[in-house]
Amino acid sequence: MDSIRKMENVSVLGAAGKMGSGILVLLSLEMGKIKIGRKEQGDFVLNAIDVSPNALSNLMKYVESQLLKYAEKNIVELRDWYQSREDLIDNEEIIRQYVADVMAMIQTTTRLETAYDSDMIFEAIKEDKSLKVKLFSQIKQNNAKGWFLTNTSSVPIGEIDHEAGLNGDIIGYHFYNPPVIQKLLEIIKSEKTNDDLHAFAVDLAKSMRKIVVPSKDVAGFIGNGHFMRDALYALDQAQKIAQEESWSKAFYMVDTISRDLLVRPMGIFQLLDYVGIDVTRFILDSMQPSFPNENLTHEVLNQLIEKDVKGGQFADGSQKNGIFTYERGRIKEVYDLSEGKYLPVSEIEKECKFKMGVLPSTKLAWKTVVRDKKKADLLQEFFKELHQIDSFATNLAVDYGENSKAIAQMLVDTNVAESAKDVNTVLETGFFHAYGPINEYF
Amino acid sequence: MKKLRKKVYMLAGYNTISMGTGRKEFNPRKSRPGMEYYIEEAGQATLKDIGGANNVDEGVIGNFMAARFNNQANLPAFLPMIDPALKYKPSISVEGACASGGLALASGIKSILAETADVVLALGFEVQNTVKAMYGADILAGAGWQKMRKKGHAYFFPGTFSDRAGAYYEKYGKELTRKAMAKWYCNAIENARLCETAQEFQNTNPDLVSTANTPLNPKRFVEHLNVFDCSKVSDGASSIAIVSEDGLKRIGVPVSDAIEVIGFAQVAEDITQAPEDLTSLSTMKKAAEKAIEMAGISLDQIGTVELHDCFSIAGIMAIEAIGFAQKGKGCEFVLQGNTSRNGLIPTNTTGGLIGWGHPTGATGVHQAVTIWEQLTGKAGAAQINMRKEKPFAMSVNMGGDDKTLVAIIYRRGNNINEE
Repeated sequence: MDSIRKMENVSVLGAAGKMGSGILVLLSLEMGKIKIGRKEQGDFVLNAIDVSPNALSNLMKYVESQLLKYAEKNIVELRDWYQSREDLIDNEEIIRQYVADVMAMIQTTTRLETAYDSDMIFEAIKEDKSLKVKLFSQIKQNNAKGWFLTNTSSVPIGEIDHEAGLNGDIIGYHFYNPPVIQKLLEIIKSEKTNDDLHAFAVDLAKSMRKIVVPSKDVAGFIGNGHFMRDALYALDQAQKIAQEESWSKAFYMVDTISRDLLVRPMGIFQLLDYVGIDVTRFILDSMQPSFPNENLTHEVLNQLIEKDVKGGQFADGSQKNGIFTYERGRIKEVYDLSEGKYLPVSEIEKECKFKMGVLPSTKLAWKTVVRDKKKADLLQEFFKELHQIDSFATNLAVDYGENSKAIAQMLVDTNVAESAKDVNTVLETGFFHAYGPINEYF
Repeated sequence: MKKLRKKVYMLAGYNTISMGTGRKEFNPRKSRPGMEYYIEEAGQATLKDIGGANNVDEGVIGNFMAARFNNQANLPAFLPMIDPALKYKPSISVEGACASGGLALASGIKSILAETADVVLALGFEVQNTVKAMYGADILAGAGWQKMRKKGHAYFFPGTFSDRAGAYYEKYGKELTRKAMAKWYCNAIENARLCETAQEFQNTNPDLVSTANTPLNPKRFVEHLNVFDCSKVSDGASSIAIVSEDGLKRIGVPVSDAIEVIGFAQVAEDITQAPEDLTSLSTMKKAAEKAIEMAGISLDQIGTVELHDCFSIAGIMAIEAIGFAQKGKGCEFVLQGNTSRNGLIPTNTTGGLIGWGHPTGATGVHQAVTIWEQLTGKAGAAQINMRKEKPFAMSVNMGGDDKTLVAIIYRRGNNINEE
């Protein structure tokens, strides 16, 4: 297999989206390594395909800024790459030339037909199986040699393969947001995925310096397999609390406990807002058919979406209102499902504190833990005390931690993940958890 | 000129903060004061201590690359900005890369000797955090021969001194040399912690040795140096008054508050030529010898030195070039503690270029200010104890890769004429 020729013509579907734009940048860097670094001959083309022309023009600004960042960081290597160009002397000249050279390989288009010429088709459109199937089969019918790398976070690869008639020319290539920064990449082989494609995908991931975790082709894979069930559990807990307390307090307390007492970077409902409540439901819906014995819906999600509480982000990356509203990244108000409006956190904070009861004597911030070389000791001590206290908050936290562990263990037991270490890697790198769900703490 | 034909004094020194990474108030994303702010702060402080601008006959401004860092030339015309009373007075600017400050001092000294002035305001500045490091490297590469830029490293000067370090490792042993370079860094930071204007003043790192031994990373930086072997990227200004005996009387400051220049040398070497020996700084050696000879003293009478440690390896090689240690023995000399603040020859007592900072055009003047503070007992927490048998001090300022050098020998001003 000539992997360089495979990279000569590459397309990204959904290139202007949150994930697509990052994948485009990563691919442009790879093509830069081949064409400029290794001086491979050929007309390298990277097609950025998206439905929105407007989004495509913004995309190029983003790509340019990312290329500039990369070039500045890697100027030592770039000087080497451009050694034979006598006219380029200063770092600044070389950096500019590099950005221009890589940008010149990228072509934006709204036409799907462009992908007919591509050997590699990366896909990061919305999480909608029928749409993916439709596009892939159209391309495949016109482009027999095309390989498909889908960024789906939950749809089984084998199903897409089967329905689109790809004969094993597809692999799951699940980046985490934002792809340029996040180190984790889940690679999902279906039963039919061709070995050359798999080998290529793994090599490419290595070249991109990603941490690869293989996942079995089961809806949701490892990442969403854990996250979705973790979120459903949190919604159950909130619903239970809401029978006695207001919805705003229920959301607020579960979120606070899942963040502060489980030492996570953000609370579970803030994470739902970040991902998008509608997106969450979409992922759950796409997972449901694979798990007929499990209920992967939640009425609270439906109720929130009905009331237009959806979360997600604006094009500039800022957070939309969801279960919470935010001010400079901090939670400001919380949605009360029964009242149908947002209430300031300051109004409920006190009563929540009272309800939550005794907390561990020292507050252990996630930020502190991840930066500490002896984080295991810090966590050990913190969770030991957590178990010793009998209060509303600590009891919920312990149950939560145990449930998270049980989900992770189920993923290992059903071979979705090859090992406990793999699940922990996904949660630690993909979700920035300070510790893996399979641990000695719970 | 074998001897100074008249007495030359320096006094009223002032350093602004050396601003850049390491200072808590530094945020690369926020806007910062420009060169005007630094020139004014330093210049006005010196003027205040010499009875105001009316006492000044001439001004000289040392700067390396304002033309590129700040898109600004015609620097002499910034002198009257410091004080309206300087309007219409003679003002020049001098440039010799990182020795620009030293050149400002040499120029001031010459004005006194030439009797065109009795009081010269000498000021050096650089504001170089205006660009990111990889672009700053392009600008600073101007201290070398432009025809060598293409062949040079992305980080041109670290690359140049990395080559020197590599040659030195090969000749005298890598392990010993790296150890001495680490010691050099630790001394620099420990001294900087005693000086409020130092860029590393707020450094609280409990494990400097580990930091100094950060593994080399040739992929992102140079082959034989880590970033802690390098001087800082700094914004700052320093100023000092250079005066004659008449000038001192005019100002009305006691001579004991001044330092006396008893020898100086300013030498240059062909920038288009590669160094003959990568393991020695031969131009610096020449400058040091000439200054010592003019002063008529011996090296062991020098009680403190401010030398140009743009890189830790340059510091060690400077120790050899000046003659404190024999060639190839600089590492042992440093490791034995001789350059530490309580050692045989306290070196760079406020941190030098690595600890205090290196606003390139200001550095030469900063060295003189530090020596003025030490010899007149104004160094505060950084004060060293000057021993009677070692009453002299020395500064050595280097431009580029051993190309433009200024060396000066000083002693505290004395009422009794000893000669």
